[in-house]
Order: sequence, then structure tokens, then C-alpha cells
Amino acid sequence: MTHRESSTDKKGIGDSSLRKKGIGELKGWLYLLPAILFLGIFMVYPLIDVFIYSFEEGYNSASQTYMGTGGYNYSYVLHDPYFLQAVKNTFILVMITVPLSTGIALLISVGLSFIKPLKNLFQTIYFLPYVTNTLAVGLVFMILFKKTPYSDGLINLLIGWFGGNSIDFIDGPYWAKMFVLCVYTIWVVLPFKILILTSALSSVNQDYYNAARVDGTSRLRTFIRITLPMISPMIFYLVITGFIGAFKAYSDAVALFGTDLNAAEMNTIVGYIYDMLYGDSGGYPSYASAAAIILFAIILTITCINLLVSKRKVHH
Amino acid sequence: MIEKSTAENSINYEKIEEKAAVRKKTANIVTYFFLTVWAVIVLFPFYWMVLTSVKSYSAYNSEYTPKFFTLSPTIQNYVDAFTTVPLGKYLINTVIFTFITTAAMLIVITLAAFAFARLSFRGKNAAFVLFLSLMMIPNELVIITNFVTITDLNMRNSFQGLILPSITSVFYIYLLKENFEQIPDSLYFAAKVDGTSDLKYLMRVMIPISKPTLITVAILKLIECWNSYVWPRLITDDENYYLVSNGIQEIRENGFGRENIPAMMAAVVVISIPLILLFLIFRNRVMAGVARGGTKG
Repeated sequence: MTHRESSTDKKGIGDSSLRKKGIGELKGWLYLLPAILFLGIFMVYPLIDVFIYSFEEGYNSASQTYMGTGGYNYSYVLHDPYFLQAVKNTFILVMITVPLSTGIALLISVGLSFIKPLKNLFQTIYFLPYVTNTLAVGLVFMILFKKTPYSDGLINLLIGWFGGNSIDFIDGPYWAKMFVLCVYTIWVVLPFKILILTSALSSVNQDYYNAARVDGTSRLRTFIRITLPMISPMIFYLVITGFIGAFKAYSDAVALFGTDLNAAEMNTIVGYIYDMLYGDSGGYPSYASAAAIILFAIILTITCINLLVSKRKVHH
Repeated sequence: MIEKSTAENSINYEKIEEKAAVRKKTANIVTYFFLTVWAVIVLFPFYWMVLTSVKSYSAYNSEYTPKFFTLSPTIQNYVDAFTTVPLGKYLINTVIFTFITTAAMLIVITLAAFAFARLSFRGKNAAFVLFLSLMMIPNELVIITNFVTITDLNMRNSFQGLILPSITSVFYIYLLKENFEQIPDSLYFAAKVDGTSDLKYLMRVMIPISKPTLITVAILKLIECWNSYVWPRLITDDENYYLVSNGIQEIRENGFGRENIPAMMAAVVVISIPLILLFLIFRNRVMAGVARGGTKG
């Protein structure tokens, strides 16, 4: 390589630098090639394709033919009771878990910021759910909440101690099932939020607190007037990513209620997409595509609203 | 007169300080109490799964009221988990999938990050912007076509089919590029003068310097692969290619029969341990990495 370059040097400086530049150009793209190939095949092409699929009516995945183009897939999905159930479940899940998990994470991180001994131990424990397999630990939640003929399960035992009646949270009434799903979702998403808020809190400039202490400001007032505005960008970041994540909820529900989520009335939008694609009710990539695009539109809308609100409220 | 007032004042100060100390103490006790309660809530499912996994089948099923401890632990459930259902197979599959995906991804993203950080060529900035814009695309939108693509390529129930779509990550390319850019230019030019080729420079200088970031990225990817569920579920229906997430779902629905919960919990413990160990060993690195670029929830 270097040998060849030096031999071209003899011809003339201009020529060699031009050729070197040409090789450099190519080299850059060569290093990028694997990434471009993978992204092209598994991201850019599918992105275009999903829109095409969603407008192809009566697509047959066996013969790869379709009857026409139009908005029928969207209208089918929007009138499908399973989809409407999935949308309802997903919205309830989002509206309950996002504010609750962010609030609890804030309380815990503030608590952590007040203490010194054992802080590391607590942080390590709180982070554990992040590194566990959602499907596997979901089974533990299932047996904790499940009521079988052999046993009422642990949670019902606790409810009994406080004088309540036992409920089957896994195969029982709708609200009981939604309750477990929310509890498990919050348990799963908290580690990330606590981690982000703890590091945001620790980066607030200590001078502000010292100034507040000199002024004799109470702890609560300090928190509302200083801490909260300082970490508000991070809170909004968590709210936005929380909304996006919760709208894509799926494996938590599978872990608790099994793969047939429609039968359990606990399906989510993402679950609906996968059911349409594959499994006993699958084979309809067109419906799945339409549902995926509707989901994307919902997420985009909510994110835009969040950004607008945050622009007005967040202290930068 | 003046003396008297100062004396009064000093008494007041002491009282105030005392009061503040008591208040601080109670605040501390309350804080520790709530943090401990939350720690118990987080740890309890782990305790319960380990506890259930060492209860014998008959003991577990005869407890109408669940017991919080057991005096006769057994490892029979662990034996069952490996013999009655192919848990070992699931684990081997997951290990193969996780390591090949992570290794392949590291190669692809290192090359791309190097091109973006160090080489100059026409269209670089445009390509980078395009890459970044791909970060916003949710997986759910592209997974449908990928499923069709892999099916058409006859790669269902194969490791290629499992691995190929998850080899690139734009975010990790971005993370690594930022890291590469912090390496001073002078090193590169010195190496050029010595006649070192770009690839050699990447291998001998940039990768060793960026090792901490590469390890962080590798750990995050390992966690992601180990827990991945949706794609493997779509692409495999042959038990020989199940990963642990699908394996545990299969065990739940058809494995020991629904009632053998202790054996199921043994499988859950086995699946959970590798990642928990990885986390405890690399605790700071994992947490710093997730704080920078992780998402979940």
C-alpha cells in the first residue's frame, strides 16, 4: 500500500494527492458499508415497506399478491373490537403507570439524596429489576397474585390480614388484572427512572442549597423552589420516554397473562400487531402494518404534546 | 440588661439547635424507613422465587396458606428443570445468540464509528445525519417487514434469522463516535507519519483507548440480547431454537404441566442468575452506561 503510494509520488504531487483522496473517499464508505447494509435491509427498507403494506388490500402472504390499494386495512383495524380493547388497555396502562412511576421514582431519589450510609446498597437493590428477564420475573408476580383452588396466593393472604376478600388477579375481574399489570409495569420501569433522577439530583449545584440554608429556607420550600426546577428537564425526559415505553407495553402483559392476550382481555396495541402478524390469529401483515402506523401516529402526537407542554413549563 | 438578653439568646440557640437535631433525626429515620420498605418490595419477588424453587412439589401444593420459609429445602426442582424440559438447550441457544450478536455488533459499530470520527470523505455529514434520524424509528414499525424478509429467506428457526436484524445499533455507533473523537488528532498524524495504516491505527490505538466504552456497550447489548423476547418469538417456533424468554413461556404453557410451580421457579432462578451476576460484577459500569443511553420504560 505505502509502496504503491510512493511510486505514484514520482509522477507528480497533484496526481498523487488526488488519487489518495480518491482512495480515502472509498475507504470511508468501505468502513461504513456493513452498518449501511444492515440498516438498509433491516431498517430503511422495512420503514418504506410498512407503509406500502398498510395500503395493500387483501394481501395474501402465501402467494404475495394483493387485490387493490386503499384505506381498508386502517378501517378494518379501527373497527376491530380486539384493537379497540387493546387501545383502551394501553391508554389506561399509560395514564396510570407514567405519572405514578415518575412520582415514586422522584420520592425515592429525593430520599436517596438525603442519606449517606447504605446509599450504594439501596441503589444497587433498586436497580436489580432492570437486569432481570421480564418474562421470567413476570411468572413470579403471577404466582404471587394468582388464586388457585390449592391456594389463595400471597397477595390474597395479605389482603385477608387486612380484612379484605380474596380476588383472582390473574383470571378474575378486569380491574384486578389491570391492577397487577400496572403494579408489574411500575416495578419494571422504576430502576431506570430512579437512576436518572438520582444522577440529576446529585448534579444540582450544592451552592444553591447552601444559600437556601443560610436564608433559613425550609426543606420543602427548598425542594419546590430550587431542586424541582433544576431537575425539571430530566423529569420531562422521563415523562416523554415513559409515555413512549408504556405505549409499547407488551412483554409485561404476556409474562402475567400468557400469550393469548385477547382471551384475557389484556391485549396491548403492540400485542395486537404481533397477533396479526403471527400465531393462531396471524398471517395478516397488512393489518399489522396499519396498526403499527396508527401506534406510531399516537406516539408521535403524544410526544409532540409533551414537548409543547415542556417548553412552557420546564426551566432550562 | 444586655447580659441578660445574650444569656436568653444563647439558651434559645441551644434549644433551636436541639430542636433542629431532633427534627433531622426523625427525618432521617422516616427516610430510611421508606427506603427500606421499597427495598423489601423490590427484593421480595426474588426472595419468593428462590424460596419457591427449593420447596418440594408436594410441600408447595399442600400449603393453602403460603409459608414464608421452608425447613426442608430441596434441589429436586433444579434437577427437574434441566431434565423434564430442555432448559439447558434454551440456555445454550441464548448464550450462542447473545455472544455472536454482541461480537458482530461490536465489529460493525467500531468500523462505522471510526469512519465517522476519523476518516474524511464526501457525504460523511449527510450520512451521519441520516444515521441519527434512524434512531427515532420504533422497532415495532420495521419488525413486520423484517419478519416477512426473514421468512422469505427461509431463515426462520435459525441463528442467522435471530441474529441478523439486531447486529446494528445507531445509538451505539453514536456513543462510540463521540468517544473516538476525544482521542487527540496528533496521535493519528504521528501514526500516519510512521506509515501505520488506518486499520492498524484503529486496532492498536483507538480500540485500546476506548476499551471502557466498548465494554459498557457490550454489557448493555448482552443484557438486551439475554432478555429479548419479541423477535425470537416471531422467528422461532421450533423448540430447538428457543431462547430463554420463549423457553420460560413454553415451560409455563406446556412444560411441567401448569401446576408444577416450584420447578418453574427453579427455571426462573437459573435464567435470572447470569445477568444478576454480570450486574453485580460490573455494577458501576452498567449503571453509568444505562444512565447515558439505556431505555426501558
